[in-house]
Amino acid sequence: MSEPLLDTMNPDALFADAEDMELNFGPQHPSTHGVLRLKLKVNGERILDCYPIIGYLHRGTEKLFELHPFFQNVPHTDRMDYVAAATNNLAYVGAVEKLVGLVVPPRARYIRTILCELQRISSHLLWLATHAIDIGAMTPFFYCFRERELILDLFEQYCGARLTLNCMRPGGLPHDLPVGWADRCRTFCDAFLPRVDEYEGLLTENRIWKKRTVGIGVLSPEMAIDYGITGPMLRGSGIAWDLRKATPYEAYGEVDFDVPVGKNGDTYDRYLVRMEEMRQANRIVLQCLDKLPAGPVMAKRPRVLKAGKDGEVYHGIEGPKGEIGFYIVGDGTPQPYRCHVRPPSFLNLQVVPEMSKGALLADLVAIIGTTDIVLGEVDR
Amino acid sequence: MTGIFDSLRHAVGDPLFYGAVSPAIKILILLFVGILPVITYLVLAERKILGYIQARLGPNRVGPWGILQPIADVMKLLVKEDTLPTQAVKWAFILAPCLVVGPALIIFAVIPVGPPAASPGKLAWYVTDVNTGVLVILALATIGVYGLIIGGWSSNNKFSLMGGLRSAAQMISYEVPQGLALVGPLMLAGTLSLVGIVEAQAKAGWWYLFPQLVAFFIYLVAGVAETNRNPFDLPEAESELVAGFHTEYSGMRFALFFLGEYANMIVISAVATTLFLGGWLPPFPHLLPFLAVVPGIVWFFLKVVVFLFAYIWFRGTFPRYRFDQLMDLGWKWLIPLALANIFVTGLIKLLVHRS
Repeated sequence: MSEPLLDTMNPDALFADAEDMELNFGPQHPSTHGVLRLKLKVNGERILDCYPIIGYLHRGTEKLFELHPFFQNVPHTDRMDYVAAATNNLAYVGAVEKLVGLVVPPRARYIRTILCELQRISSHLLWLATHAIDIGAMTPFFYCFRERELILDLFEQYCGARLTLNCMRPGGLPHDLPVGWADRCRTFCDAFLPRVDEYEGLLTENRIWKKRTVGIGVLSPEMAIDYGITGPMLRGSGIAWDLRKATPYEAYGEVDFDVPVGKNGDTYDRYLVRMEEMRQANRIVLQCLDKLPAGPVMAKRPRVLKAGKDGEVYHGIEGPKGEIGFYIVGDGTPQPYRCHVRPPSFLNLQVVPEMSKGALLADLVAIIGTTDIVLGEVDR
Repeated sequence: MTGIFDSLRHAVGDPLFYGAVSPAIKILILLFVGILPVITYLVLAERKILGYIQARLGPNRVGPWGILQPIADVMKLLVKEDTLPTQAVKWAFILAPCLVVGPALIIFAVIPVGPPAASPGKLAWYVTDVNTGVLVILALATIGVYGLIIGGWSSNNKFSLMGGLRSAAQMISYEVPQGLALVGPLMLAGTLSLVGIVEAQAKAGWWYLFPQLVAFFIYLVAGVAETNRNPFDLPEAESELVAGFHTEYSGMRFALFFLGEYANMIVISAVATTLFLGGWLPPFPHLLPFLAVVPGIVWFFLKVVVFLFAYIWFRGTFPRYRFDQLMDLGWKWLIPLALANIFVTGLIKLLVHRS
């Protein structure tokens, strides 16, 4: 980031110029997706400078990890990106498995992949819903929530929870799929593709939608790499980097899917990338259901997981918003010595001031929407 | 009903009856039987239609199909605390909602919902027929802008101020194409009186929608922008300006802004109906003459409903324009188009007169 706009301890200092107005955008604003606060310097509606202030949802999650045994930490991960709990679970348990050295049985790998891809769809649906309503299109919001409910129903049937799933354990899964779940999942997947066309029918060729998104919040590939942007944000800028392809984990090496990329790196391209990702996720789920192997869903593991004396591991996976990674240091006890999270939202948020400089207030809303942040994960 | 009016007329005498009593009765009927119930139920209709567009049910808890929902809403708004921000400019803050709702309601006085009096003893279906009717409407509609600007400014809130500024720019910009679009039908009718315009359409044998299609389109777009509705709802864009100019308003003052917005929607629809869709005239007078049995007010109401449905439909379909794009559309497209329409209309009229 460039020179910080203002010292948070003395916010008045840099707004001495009477020509420009200081505007606090959030933390209680309808379209900051939680409790993000953007301190803006505006001239009329033109944004001259933007300084994000975070921490309103800070809960000390990383410290909490140090207090509990490895397997009790999974619920904390649910509460970081609370609209994509399954991928958070997987990133954490994957790191622990690497640290302790557990081999996950194939059936568990496939079911994990199914859960993660359903989660990706549901996270993207929530993104589309809020992004569209930020730009003023009210109807896609309800359409998206209609399908998201069905995914949450599937989650509920699997693990009893709809949002904070807690659906994975180091070494596998807490239980096998319930009877009939695979068929219900397939029914959903078959019905889902026409729904994506329906959303696209409302927005993709809509002139107003294009006017509001094409060329807005342009992120060049160089800038995206410099800022450590990952996920659909990076792919929207034309870089085909996807951890599911680059370092296949779980069952991703055994299924067929494409990685959509954008051209111009603007809000519209990121929209198209995410829409296509929903279709691809749907395709992955169907393939996994077809190939689902039989067998146990939990590896043989000791009752108490302990890391080696100087165990140190980083495991990152492709979450719906980008690379979600866990860096865990063990010291031979059943708890992690230190656990650090690499949250995609936090890193993607860094680029918002850069993208919104010189934009209008209405564009800022579109830019926040396209960044797809979840403040639970930004603040942890 | 006519019996009551007749006995009243005999009791007070003709001049007093036509000068004061009958307008007063008409205004009361218009307000309490016409506009206010229509507005309250328009809100319900909007929520219901949006509900069906958006694959949900809409209000359905208060009364069957939610028909008592507006009454519950009004009760709630009436008993809610009416907060006055400590930093607000008090007089302006109180004045603003009145400036929005007052002119919007006054406009209905000149709109003919039905034909003039059939014979000298009967009553006409409008409060008054001003010979500058269209100008009265444009003038009164302009006053409403002050309400939004003053409301936004006096709240002493940055989001309100921005909403007020947006509404000032937007409504003033769109009044120009709106006014220019009305010139087309005026040239065809040769009168500014709204009753006269409808009668001219009856005489011409077609509604001005057909010869003035371009003007109709411009008027419709400008009308939606003028009433701050989707896709031009910038002054109160929730996701950008929280609630725009009425962020700080609560209770009945907020309700007045709300009432003003919906009254303006009906005004725009009613003016469009009068100027372009033949007001109270039944459709296809030559093909389907029996339709004339239905009273004019029913036709008028049905035509207004078509416009109101379109308003709600837009809201369920379109994203929101950005501020500068809205200005572009107004100044670079609608105004030149409206001017071209006037030119072409004049040219054709001239040629027809020559021949």
